[in-house]
Amino acid sequence: MPEHKSRLRASIIGASGYGGGEVLRLLLNHPRVEVSQVTSRSQAGNFAHAVHPNLRGSTRLQFVRPEEIAPCDVLFLCQPHGEAAGSIDRYAPLAGRVIDLSADFRLRSKAEYRAWYGEEHPSPAWLDRFVYGLPELHRDQLRGCRFASGVGCNATAVNLALYPLARAGLIRSAVADLKVGSSEAGSEPGPTSHHPERSGSVRSFAPAGHRHEAEVRQELMEPLGAFDLHLSITAVELVRGVLCTAHVFPTRAVDEKEVWRIFREAYTQEPFVRIVKDRTGIHRYPEPKILAGTNFCDVGFEIDPRSGRIVVLSAIDNLMKGAAGSAVQCMNLMCGFDEREGLSFPGLHPV
Amino acid sequence: MNTQTPNPSALIVECPSCADTVTLTRRPLCGEVVRCGGCAVELEVVSIEPLRVEEAPQVQEDWGE
Repeated sequence: MPEHKSRLRASIIGASGYGGGEVLRLLLNHPRVEVSQVTSRSQAGNFAHAVHPNLRGSTRLQFVRPEEIAPCDVLFLCQPHGEAAGSIDRYAPLAGRVIDLSADFRLRSKAEYRAWYGEEHPSPAWLDRFVYGLPELHRDQLRGCRFASGVGCNATAVNLALYPLARAGLIRSAVADLKVGSSEAGSEPGPTSHHPERSGSVRSFAPAGHRHEAEVRQELMEPLGAFDLHLSITAVELVRGVLCTAHVFPTRAVDEKEVWRIFREAYTQEPFVRIVKDRTGIHRYPEPKILAGTNFCDVGFEIDPRSGRIVVLSAIDNLMKGAAGSAVQCMNLMCGFDEREGLSFPGLHPV
Repeated sequence: MNTQTPNPSALIVECPSCADTVTLTRRPLCGEVVRCGGCAVELEVVSIEPLRVEEAPQVQEDWGE
């Protein structure tokens, strides 16, 4: 029987975290997938719904230790930074397809990995074998491939905001200012996530030097040409969500209709990228709140008539389009499914 | 995505704001306000033969006053 006619057996390594929990939620509602095993070292023996309470009634799966993982069709790696790179030789033979949500296999260059992560890559021979898991940029490579990387959530917001203008050769320099939710920091608590410190804060935690910048340089500049790029990231009062405001200083003057055309050419056929630039109504530009739980990236823009600056806005749910949603979209492409399957949730309003 | 069946008698005009195609399902009246599906701008019909539209006055947001 062809692969696409039967249900795939998928397992998740590191399913007790936020990213793994979102992959599990998506796969439990995917018409072509059956979840075989979910692993967690800290939660072994516990029910999945005890950690992810939104899944109560959806599954009776219990976490097993990673050592108990059995062969399957698709294996999702949702581990903390560095663990996938250290264990890929063990996991790769277990599954026909492997999708890693971490940052371990996003960069193709081991020198860039060393520069941005401050250490040698534990398994550099694997870097070339992974396709960067953003379907909007790598759809053809993802079809049928065996190994896909995750995407950085902030990198995704920036990449999808800037891609149309970069492709058109219009970016001289870009300053991307991102406001992000607390779930970006993962499920492990720390001093900065302590409620009295985190609640109500507008905390600049990466004014410069965020690691996701490396993914923007790799994905936009290497294929499309170099430009000056600057990222600043601020934690705001959100649980899920990223809003990217990218100030683009163009290589030449452009008018609004031209930028409309450039964005439409890039995204009209994309199932999960929507252009949001309304002249009336409440939500005239991308708004992360209404994207919670969805795989959409909303993109809009405005041109400053005095300076010629193009302000590009993009919004995503960091756990979805910025992690689990893109990963499942990759799985759909890798396995020959319609890439929209299991990802049709349109979001909530009001929320 | 659900789409509407094309109407062969529809009138088509380009949005002056975003260049999207604005389709009118019936012959409008001069002065009538229609809305662009691409950018939601309100457009006033200023001529029927030929069909021409212009941006209607918009309400601006300003929170800095």
